[in-house]
Amino acid sequence: MSEAVSLKATPLNAVHRQLGAKMVDFGGWDMPVQYKGILDEHKAVRTSVGVFDVSHMGEIVVRGLEALALVNLVSTNDASKLKVGQVHYSGLLYEHGGFVDDILVHKVSDDEYFICVNASNQDKDYDHIVANNRFKATVENAGPRYAQIAVQGPKALEVCQKLTATELAPIAYYWFVDGQFANVEARIARTGYTGEDGFEVYVSPEHAVSVWEAILEAGAEFGILPCGLGARNTLRLEAKMALYGHEIDATISPLEAGLGWVVKWDKGDFIGKATLEQQKAAGLTRKLVGFAMIGRGIGRDGYEVEVNGSKAGWVTSGGPAPTLGKNIGLCYLPTEFAVPGQTIHVVIRGLAVEAVTVPTPFYKRAK
Amino acid sequence: MYPDHFIYTKEHEWVSVEEDTGTIGITHHAQSELGDIVYVDLPKIGSTVAQHTTFGSVESVKAVSDIYSPVSGEVVAINDSLSSAPEKLNADPHGDAWLIKVKLSNAAELKGEGMMSAADYSKYVGA
Repeated sequence: MSEAVSLKATPLNAVHRQLGAKMVDFGGWDMPVQYKGILDEHKAVRTSVGVFDVSHMGEIVVRGLEALALVNLVSTNDASKLKVGQVHYSGLLYEHGGFVDDILVHKVSDDEYFICVNASNQDKDYDHIVANNRFKATVENAGPRYAQIAVQGPKALEVCQKLTATELAPIAYYWFVDGQFANVEARIARTGYTGEDGFEVYVSPEHAVSVWEAILEAGAEFGILPCGLGARNTLRLEAKMALYGHEIDATISPLEAGLGWVVKWDKGDFIGKATLEQQKAAGLTRKLVGFAMIGRGIGRDGYEVEVNGSKAGWVTSGGPAPTLGKNIGLCYLPTEFAVPGQTIHVVIRGLAVEAVTVPTPFYKRAK
Repeated sequence: MYPDHFIYTKEHEWVSVEEDTGTIGITHHAQSELGDIVYVDLPKIGSTVAQHTTFGSVESVKAVSDIYSPVSGEVVAINDSLSSAPEKLNADPHGDAWLIKVKLSNAAELKGEGMMSAADYSKYVGA
């Protein structure tokens, strides 16, 4: 085991260790991969409730008279459509159409946007936004000011409601409020990365431990489990939510990744638009598609995919889907093969094992 | 935790020898590091395995891990029950969830380099 001295730690690091978590280096952060076990944690979130420390995630705040203009230049979705208190998913692209990052944009007010970004991309995102700031706007790398705790699962609403006087039920999916939560100031967003209902709560780092403990206590009656990055990954994969460095990166465009819905063509110019227009006109050469294993074996991240005996693509994320009891994955394939029902083979340690492309998401919660 | 009559390897396998047959498994430490085990790939009966070379794999939700044989010889039995119940490897890695049985071709390997007693292995994994 390597020492954690050079790794960044969240304010909950000692709490994870006390809980007996298995810690891993996740993009330079010392993070819990699991506590009790990935399968139990996954199940808790699908059937009841789980809590995740996601304080490693970054936050960038754009403020000023022209904050909207800057946000709309650097991201693909149309932030002018956001109402105060609303959140949307968006892409931060390079001119060449690849992803700098995928982000959540929260509209705090007409002149303030709060952007949640991936931990290991935070500095790169900040530099990218600053480099494109030719507006009356300021950009703050606000990560150090926030801890983030995600409460996810069908019982998340009941658990969180016990901790705040703010009525949470009326907050729709992808909306947020600022209010008191577990006796501290918090930003409470009905968002998540699990495919379940739930909340992501942003608090000051000095309050992270007390808020975490309050959530565990409030959730005890529902059998709440602390959940690590392992369950976070199986949950998001079942829900087909993209993971930077896997489904998306600097070489992949949102159109290829099946994220065309966050590209708003009629909102005016944005970075990457010209390349995406060319891609759209010329037609895509490859697309992301889901698959399920048929033969014995698990297709995992990075494994080669063959169609008709020839190399055709690669697995971006793959593994067991605990809710479905199947081995599933996502892969890039030439467009003509990237439709459900295509027989493919995943090369697992030298052996081509049969799989079939399937519709996604693999899992969708009942409303 | 670690039975005294087993011999252990640095790759976290164990072998228990009766007469000329060795029963091979992975250690408690190995299963604990892997987490929930969901898949086990074992060789066929009649195939041969060589010491310190891989003969199969164990997969958890998160990762794949090769299994290295502590001894050389012919595979005379495999634990079929693991294909439908791989989670047994988490519950009973030193007992019910053995992996394969091998007819030893060179018993001297058991005293070879890198082979550890229960006490040494416990120290090795910091137990």
